[in-house]
Amino acid sequence: MARKDKKEEKLKMKMVRIYIMGKEYKVPEGLTIMKAMEYAGYRYIRGAGCRAGFCGACATVYRKEGEYKLNADLACQTTVEDGMYLVQLPFTPANKATYDVNKIKADDKTLVNFYPEIARCVSCNTCTKACPQELEVMDYIQSALRGDMKKTAELSFDCIQCGLCAMRCPAEIAHYHVAQLARRLYGKYLMPKAEHLEKRVNEIKRKRFDEEIGKMMKRNIEELRKMYNARDIEPEEEEEPKREGD
Amino acid sequence: MYPKEMQKSIKKVEATREERLKKLPERMNEKERDEVLKKWHPDYKPEAKRKIKIGASKGSIVPHEVADLIEAYPLFEPDEIDLSQIDYDTDILIIGGGGAGTTAALFAYYSGIKPEDILIATKLRHGDANTMMAQGGIQAADKENDSPVIHYLDVIGGGHYANKPELVAQLVMNAPEIIKWHEELGVMYDKKEDGEMITIHGGGTSRKRMHSAKDYTGMEIMRVIRDEARNVGIKVLEFSPAIELIKDDEDKVAGAVLYNLETEQYYVVRAKTTILATGGFGRLHIQGFPTTNHYGATFDGAVIAYRAGAKLRDMDSVQYHPTGVAYPEQIVGLLVTEKVRGLGGQPVNADGEQFVHPLEPRDVEAASFIRECYGRNKGVVTPTGMRGVWLDSPLIEMIHGEGTIEKRLGAMFRMFKRFDIDMRYEPILVFPTLHYQNGGVEINENAQVLSKNGVIKGLFAAGEVEGGVHGKNRLMGNSLLDTQVFGKIAGINAGKYAKKAKKSKKLNLKHVESYINELEKAKIKEERKAPLLLPDYREKNVLSRAIDIL
Ligand SMILES: Cc1cc2nc3c(=O)[nH]c(=O)nc-3n(C[C@H](O)[C@H](O)[C@H](O)COP(=O)(O)OP(=O)(O)OC[C@H]3O[C@@H](n4cnc5c(N)ncnc54)[C@H](O)[C@@H]3O)c2cc1C
Ligand code: SF4
Ligand code: SF4
Ligand code: FES
Repeated sequence: MARKDKKEEKLKMKMVRIYIMGKEYKVPEGLTIMKAMEYAGYRYIRGAGCRAGFCGACATVYRKEGEYKLNADLACQTTVEDGMYLVQLPFTPANKATYDVNKIKADDKTLVNFYPEIARCVSCNTCTKACPQELEVMDYIQSALRGDMKKTAELSFDCIQCGLCAMRCPAEIAHYHVAQLARRLYGKYLMPKAEHLEKRVNEIKRKRFDEEIGKMMKRNIEELRKMYNARDIEPEEEEEPKREGD
Repeated sequence: MYPKEMQKSIKKVEATREERLKKLPERMNEKERDEVLKKWHPDYKPEAKRKIKIGASKGSIVPHEVADLIEAYPLFEPDEIDLSQIDYDTDILIIGGGGAGTTAALFAYYSGIKPEDILIATKLRHGDANTMMAQGGIQAADKENDSPVIHYLDVIGGGHYANKPELVAQLVMNAPEIIKWHEELGVMYDKKEDGEMITIHGGGTSRKRMHSAKDYTGMEIMRVIRDEARNVGIKVLEFSPAIELIKDDEDKVAGAVLYNLETEQYYVVRAKTTILATGGFGRLHIQGFPTTNHYGATFDGAVIAYRAGAKLRDMDSVQYHPTGVAYPEQIVGLLVTEKVRGLGGQPVNADGEQFVHPLEPRDVEAASFIRECYGRNKGVVTPTGMRGVWLDSPLIEMIHGEGTIEKRLGAMFRMFKRFDIDMRYEPILVFPTLHYQNGGVEINENAQVLSKNGVIKGLFAAGEVEGGVHGKNRLMGNSLLDTQVFGKIAGINAGKYAKKAKKSKKLNLKHVESYINELEKAKIKEERKAPLLLPDYREKNVLSRAIDIL
C-alpha cells in the first residue's frame, strides 16, 4: 500500500545528464545524487551509510558544466542537476590524535598541542564553504587556536565528520578531529556535572531499589496493568512541548 | 518548492490554519482506536505474515519479509570454506560496529581484555548505523521525582506486558550509570547552568526522563564512544560483514566467517566468545514501506544466529513511525521527529481539515494517516504517486514564537531546507515509515543468547538485534538505552567468559549443514539466499541487462 501507484509511476520522467567520474548517464531529474547513481546501475558498498544526512559517508565533490567552482556536498541530501560532473570521496585520510581523556587537561594549549597544524590556518575560509552542514568551520578552528573550548565545541556540534573540510584545506588540518577532542574536553571538564545523576547512581549501588524492583518482577499482568493505568503522570509545564519523540 | 498541484492544497491548509489553532480534534475512545487499528494498521493484516516452517522458533508468526530470510539458504556451501586456515584469532569477536557493539568492546576492555584481543567486524564503516541517526533522546530515571521502579512500569506497560521482566530490570537499573559513564567520557548532554540534565517527556513516559543532545543525540553518543574505542586501540574491520557463525566440537560458538565486500574473499575468525550487535531490519521494507533506517539494517545477525539455534521472539510486531517524509521524493521515508507534533504541528488532509488528534499513540496515529489516504481518499498525491498527509509545521512558530523551529528542530529544518522547503512557512508532507524491530534474538539477563535448550555457549547479543526488552512495543528513548545497557552487560560477561575459555580446537559449520537439511526436508526451494547484507536499489532496466563475466 505504501508502494507507488503503478499508473502514476509511468508519468513521463524528465531526464538530466550527469557524469559519474567523467562518464555520462541519463537519470530522471529530482533524484538525489545517491539515488541517481543507483538508477544508473551502481550498487553502493562504500559511500552510503545513513542515507539521511547524519553519518558523512557520502561526501561528494562536483563541478557543473561551464562553471569554475568546485562544490562539495552530501550525495544523500543533494539533488542532481543537468551537467554535473561528480565523484564521491568515501574516505578521508586524516590523522587522529590518541589520548586518555582522563589524563589530559582542558587548558587553552591542549588542542594546539595535539593538533599543532591548526596554527597553520591561513583564514581562507575554504573549509566553511565546503561544509555541507553549513557550519562556521574556520571560526571553530580559530577558536581552537585561541583555546576557547566552549566556542569550538558549540560551533562544531552539528559536525557529521564527513571530511570535506579536511580535503579542501590548504593547511592540511583535520578539522573534525580537532572538534571531536574539543567537544569531549568541554563535555567532560567544563560543563557542570549533574549532581542528581551522581546521587542516583550511588543509591542504586547501595541497592536502594533492589527490593522494589524484585517485587515488580514477580507481579502478574493484571497487577501490573492496574498499576500502569493508575500511575500518576508528571505534568507538563507551559512553554514545553507535550511530548518529544524519536 | 512544491509543485503546482500540491500548492493548491496548501492554500486550503492555510485557509483553515487560524481556526485550527483554536481547537484540536477529540481523542478517540477505545472502540474507535481498535477499529482504525484493525482495519488500517499494517501490523493487523494477517495476510502480511506467516508461520516460520523450520528452526528453533518454528511456528511463530512473522512478516513474510522476515520469513523469507529465515527460510533461505546460506550464501555458500559449508564445504567451500577452509576452516583450518584462521585469518584472525581473537578473544572476543564483536559483530556490528554501532552503539551496542562499540559499547560492548569498551566494557570488555575495561574488564581486562587487551584491546588487541578484541575485534569489531562491521558491514559499513564504524558508526554507519542506526545509532548515529537517533535524534530524540535516551531515557534514564535519574531525577528526584523518578526512580527505576517507575521507569520499569512505563517500559512494561508500553510493551503490552510481553517484555521479559529480568531484561526490563537490567535496562532501568543500569540506565543512570550509563548516563554517568557518558558524562565522564564527555558526551555533551543538554544541561542547565547548574549541571542539571534537561529532561522531557517521551511517548508513554510518566516522568520527564528523556535526555538529549540537541536533535543529534545518537550521533553525539556514537561519535564519542567511537572516539574512545579508537583511543584505546580496539581493532575494527570495516566492510567485512559476518555471513555465518562458526561452532566447535563442543557446540560452542567459536567465531564467524566474514566476507570482505570489496575483495569478495572470506575470512575465518576464531574467537573464544562472540557478541552479536548487528542492529535492526528496516531495509527489509516490510509490506513495501519506506524506512528511517541506515543502509545496512538488513536482519543479518538474527539470520545467522537462528541457524546456530537461537530463538526469536516478538517478531510479529513491527514499529512504524507515523511521520516519515512523503515529499520530496529524494528523502521519502526519512524520519520527521515526533517533536514536530509535540511542539504543535497538526496532521491535516488535502482539504485542510483536521482528522486525528496529533498525539494519539504511534500505532493509532499511523493507522489514521493510512485511512485518510487510502480509505477516505483525502491524501495529497505527489508527482511520483506517493500519498501523504500534511503536517502543518508553521503552527509551531505561531504557538511558540519565531525562531523555535531553527532552535529546537535544527536537523529537521536543515533537511527540508536542502530541498527548498521552508517548514517555518510551509507545511510538510508525511506518511508512515518502517522504524524499529521490536523483537529479535532472545537473550537472558546476562545478554547470553538462548536456544530451545538453554544458553548457546560463547554467544552474546545486544541492541536492536535482540528481543524481549521491549515486548511488543518499544518506547522512544529506550532503544538507545538498550544498546548501551546490554552492550555493557555483553562486554563484561564476554570478558569474563573469555578469560576462562580455551581456544577452540576444531572449528565446524555442522549447524549450517543441518539447517540446509531442515530446509530441504521442509521442501523449501533453493531460490532465496541469506543474509541479505545490502539492499539492491539499482534500476530494473539495468539489472535485467547485467551479466556476470568478470
Ligand atoms: C532515524 C532513527 C531515529 C531514532 N531515534 C531514536 C531515539 O531518539 N531514541 C532511541 O532510543 N532510539 C532511537 N532510534 C532507535 C535506535 O537508534 C536504534 O535502535 C539503536 O541505535 C540500534 O543500535 P544497535 O547498535 O543495536 O544497531 P546499529 O546502531 O544499527 O548498529 C548495527 C551495526 O551492525 C552492522 N551490521 C549489520 N549487519 C552486519 C553483519 N552481517 N556483519 C557485521 N556488521 C553488521 C550495521 O551496519 C551497523 O553498523 C532511532 C532509529 C532511527 C533509525
Ligand atoms: S566541519 Fe568538516 S567534517 Fe564536519 S560536517 Fe563540516 S565539512 Fe564535514
Ligand atoms: S580551509 Fe584550512 S586554512 Fe583555510 S580557513 Fe579553513 S582551516 Fe584555515
Ligand atoms: S549517507 Fe550518511 S550523510 Fe549521506
